[in-house]
This record gives sequence, C-alpha cells and structure tokens, in this order.
Amino acid sequence: MRTMRRWLPLILVIPFIALLWVPFYNRTQPAVAGFPFFYVWQFAWVVLAALLTWIVHRGWRA
Amino acid sequence: MSLPSGSAVRFDGTALGVFAFFFVLITVLGFIAARWRRGDLSQLHEWGLGGRRFGAFVTWFLLGGDLYTAYTLIAVPALVYAVGAYGFFAMPYTVFVYPIVFLTMPRLWNVCRKHGWITSADFVEGRYGSRGLALAVAITGVLATMPYIALQLVGLEKVFEAMGLGALVIAFVILALYTYSSGLRAPALIAFVKDAMLYITVIAAVVIIPIKLGGYGAVFDAAGKAFAAKGGDTGVLLKPDQYWSFATLALGSAFALFLYPHATTATLSADGPQTIRRNAVWLPAYSIMLGLVALLGYMALAAHVDVKDGSMAVPALINASFPPWFAGFCFAAIALGALVPAAIMSIGAANLFTRNIWRAYVNANLSNAQESRIAKNVSLLVKFGALLAVLYLPTKFAIDLQLLGGIWMLQIFPAVIAGLFTRWLRASALMAGWIAGMVLGSALAWHQGLKPVITFAFGDAHYGIYIGLLALVVNFVVAILATPVAARLKREAPVDRTQKIDFEDVVPD
Repeated sequence: MRTMRRWLPLILVIPFIALLWVPFYNRTQPAVAGFPFFYVWQFAWVVLAALLTWIVHRGWRA
Repeated sequence: MSLPSGSAVRFDGTALGVFAFFFVLITVLGFIAARWRRGDLSQLHEWGLGGRRFGAFVTWFLLGGDLYTAYTLIAVPALVYAVGAYGFFAMPYTVFVYPIVFLTMPRLWNVCRKHGWITSADFVEGRYGSRGLALAVAITGVLATMPYIALQLVGLEKVFEAMGLGALVIAFVILALYTYSSGLRAPALIAFVKDAMLYITVIAAVVIIPIKLGGYGAVFDAAGKAFAAKGGDTGVLLKPDQYWSFATLALGSAFALFLYPHATTATLSADGPQTIRRNAVWLPAYSIMLGLVALLGYMALAAHVDVKDGSMAVPALINASFPPWFAGFCFAAIALGALVPAAIMSIGAANLFTRNIWRAYVNANLSNAQESRIAKNVSLLVKFGALLAVLYLPTKFAIDLQLLGGIWMLQIFPAVIAGLFTRWLRASALMAGWIAGMVLGSALAWHQGLKPVITFAFGDAHYGIYIGLLALVVNFVVAILATPVAARLKREAPVDRTQKIDFEDVVPD
C-alpha cells in the first residue's frame, strides 16, 4: 500500500506520452460529433489528465 | 449558410453602453478591493501577494484570469485562423502544465511561506546563497514580463479598434491606479467578473455560431477547404513535418509557464499547498475553454470572415455573429481579459525588481513600508513603459520580444524547479548554464528570423524543435558538467538556508 502511494505520481506521465505521440492522433477518423479525432483526443486528454491529477491528489491525502 | 462578412468597425450606442457599464463596474471593484480581506497594504506581502490568504475558489479565478490572457484569447484563434491544426499546440501545452504545477508549486509555496519569500528569486538566493544567481532569475523575469504586458495592451487595442473607439489610454490609467492602490487584491476581485463574462462569451459563441454555420462538421469541412485553397503548411490536421515542432512547442511552453513572475505571484498568493493541488485538478476547465476559443479560428474561416490581420478574426467574427449589445458584452470580456493579467504581471515584475534588484543592490536597509512603496511605483512604471511601447513601437516588436521572453523564461528552470528537489547543482554551474541557455536561445531565435522553431533535416525528414527547449537542454548539460568542476575549485558551497522539511506540507496537529 505504501509503495503504491509512492509510485502513484508516476501516472502523471501518461498524458505526456498520449499527447507527445503526435502521429498517433493526427487523423480524422474516428470523428465524434463532427470533430476530427485530432481534436477529440486533445479535448479528452484535458479531462483525463485532470482526472489522473485528482487521483494522485486523493492518494496523497489518504 | 454564411454570415455577412465581418466589417470590423461596426459599432453603435448599445454596444458602447454595455461596454462602458462593465468597465465602470470593474473600476469600482478595483478600488473596493483594497478593503477586501483587509490587510496592511504597506507590507509587500499584503500588497504583492494579497497576504497569502486566497482559498481554492479565489485562486481558481485568479490563476485562470491570469494565465488565459486576452492575448491568448486573440492570438490562439488567430494562429488557428492562419495555419490550422498547428495553432492547437496550445491544447497539449495546457494539458502538460497542470501535472507539472501539481508536482512542483506546492513545494515552492511551502518553502517561500516558511521564509517569508515573495519571488522565485528570493527562493534561489536562500537556497543557493548566491545573489548573482538570484539577480539572473529576477532580470529574466522582468525582461520576459515587459513585452508580455505590452501584448496584453495590444489585445486591448484590438478590441477598441473593433469598437471604433480610441480610449485605450483611459482603460489603462484606470488599471494603473487600482493596481497601485489595491495591489493583488484588485485583479483577484475583478477576475470573478472577468472570468464569468468570458465563460458566457465563449459558451454563447461555440453554441450559437456553429448552429448558424451548419454544425461543427460543416465548420471543419469549410476550414479544410479554405486551407486547401491556401496551400502550404496549413490544414485541419498536421503535416508530418510539423509533428516535432508541435510537440516541442507544447512541452517547452508548459515548462515555462509557471516560471513567469505573474504565475509565481498568483500561485504564492494561495493560502496553502492543498489549494494549489486542488487548482491543478480544476484549472483544466479553462483549458477546455481555450480549446473552444481556438475553434473560433475555424468558425471565422467557415463564416468567410476575411481579415488581413489574423488577430482581428475573433473580433470580426463576434461583430458579424451577434447583436450589438452582446458584441459589446463580448468585447468588454476580452478587454477585462487583458486588464487582469496586465495587473498581475506588473505586480509580479514589481515584486522581483523591489526584492531582488533594488533591495539586493541599491538599498539593503529598506523598511517594510518603503519596500511596498517602491513596488507600487515600479508597477506604475512598468505599465507606463508597456503603454509607451504599444503606442510608439511597432506591434511586431512586442511580439518578437514576447517570443524571446518565452525562451529566456525557460532558462531559469534548472535554478528554480530543480532547486526545489535537489541542491546538488552549484550556483556557479547554474549561472554558467543560464548564460549558455540565454545566449544560445537568443542567437538561434535571431538566426531563424525571430521564429520559435529551428528545423533540422536528416535526409528527407525534417524535425522542427522549439528553440527554448533546445536551449534548456544545453543549459542543463552545462550546469551538470560544470558542477563537479565548481565543487573542485571551491570545496564548500555557500550556506543553504532551507531544510528538507521546509518543502513539505506543514501537518496540522
């Protein structure tokens, strides 16, 4: 449990990988509600990164 | 369906009335702010940091209003309007920022609170015992902030231009006066109004305008066609040549953001490390807004808004899409979007100048009241300088300087951010790294014709790298290599006034 908490902040690396890997998401399909995937992916990661930060924050306090 | 082509200067009494109403409102708020959470404004930490008493809610508005500036709200869609997907580097940029803030800024807050420090240069001096390094940090901050303030005023100018009104100077004098009298409390209080208005503006724009244009699918299609006709490195998707510059610009900008004095100032004014962490979780709400604002660039293309200067795209789109009263509301929101960060930037620069230049090199025996008075006067001076720059120098000058400013700002990363975790690096080595980074960064940017990206070609493949990030890598390498040398020449490092525990949260008992 204790080790898990110590390593928990490492999940904050995930958004960096997801968005620095540009060729992966530089595409039109699958589009959502008229938005090409390029934009869907970026908007999604704003929310997901906030979620991951929140998880680390919770773990920190607990 | 297409909207009538945006004649930028269409303006009537209703819009002026709405605009004037909000301007008067925030002026009153700005002066009332002096009494809000009352503190002794003749103390620098009260005037310049609001007494470090802002809770999570106020800090959210303050930082949001501070970071997502009018310049951003004009420049990002302008870039998207001009080149397309490449302008969206602002999105990954703001995604990267908050994990970095979460991991670093609570430590900075803790150690600064413990020692009564007000600026990042204060921290560097205490940590490394080097006034020279602290001076380097302070000068970098002031230099990078000046053109940034000027650009806020350019943002303001755009709005006044769109309204057909030349009252920039009046808005400016108001800003200078309430910042002088209320300090950081003024932008904090005004940020509430400003951010609320901005959210209303953006939500209205991203809902109503696409409906008029036939939905987002149609907007992207139309923008894609416009770029296809235009040619070059434009489009609603990136060209493979742009991958590296897109990624490194986003990453480098994210590392730089919280080194800026206005970001540090707003962060240190929070009431505790948990407030900062909670804000790292909730500030991304503004990033969603920024992404939507960026889309306005595509909507302007889809609506056949035809402007020579991309930064007029959004004002022209607003003028073409909304009734006058609401256009006035939107312009007021953007204008306030310039005033809040301009106020905080001038305060941040004033804190640095007073503490780390004036107090360190001119008069060490300042009383607290004198210190606060000097900071107030410097904040006036900084803004006046920015106004003169906007009125008498070409805008391009401010834009170029702001670009260099971003590159410079990154170069204090090793001293400030690495310093939060380790003191292994020696002050003299950090100084050498800083000089290397500053010189290399400026020279490369100059050589590229003041462009932020340098392109390396390997065979047919081209890799664009953000110069600031490249200079930072060199800066780090120099600092790391020079540290053992410095340690050998001079065995003992100067006294570190911080202790390990100063960086940790104080556990309430």
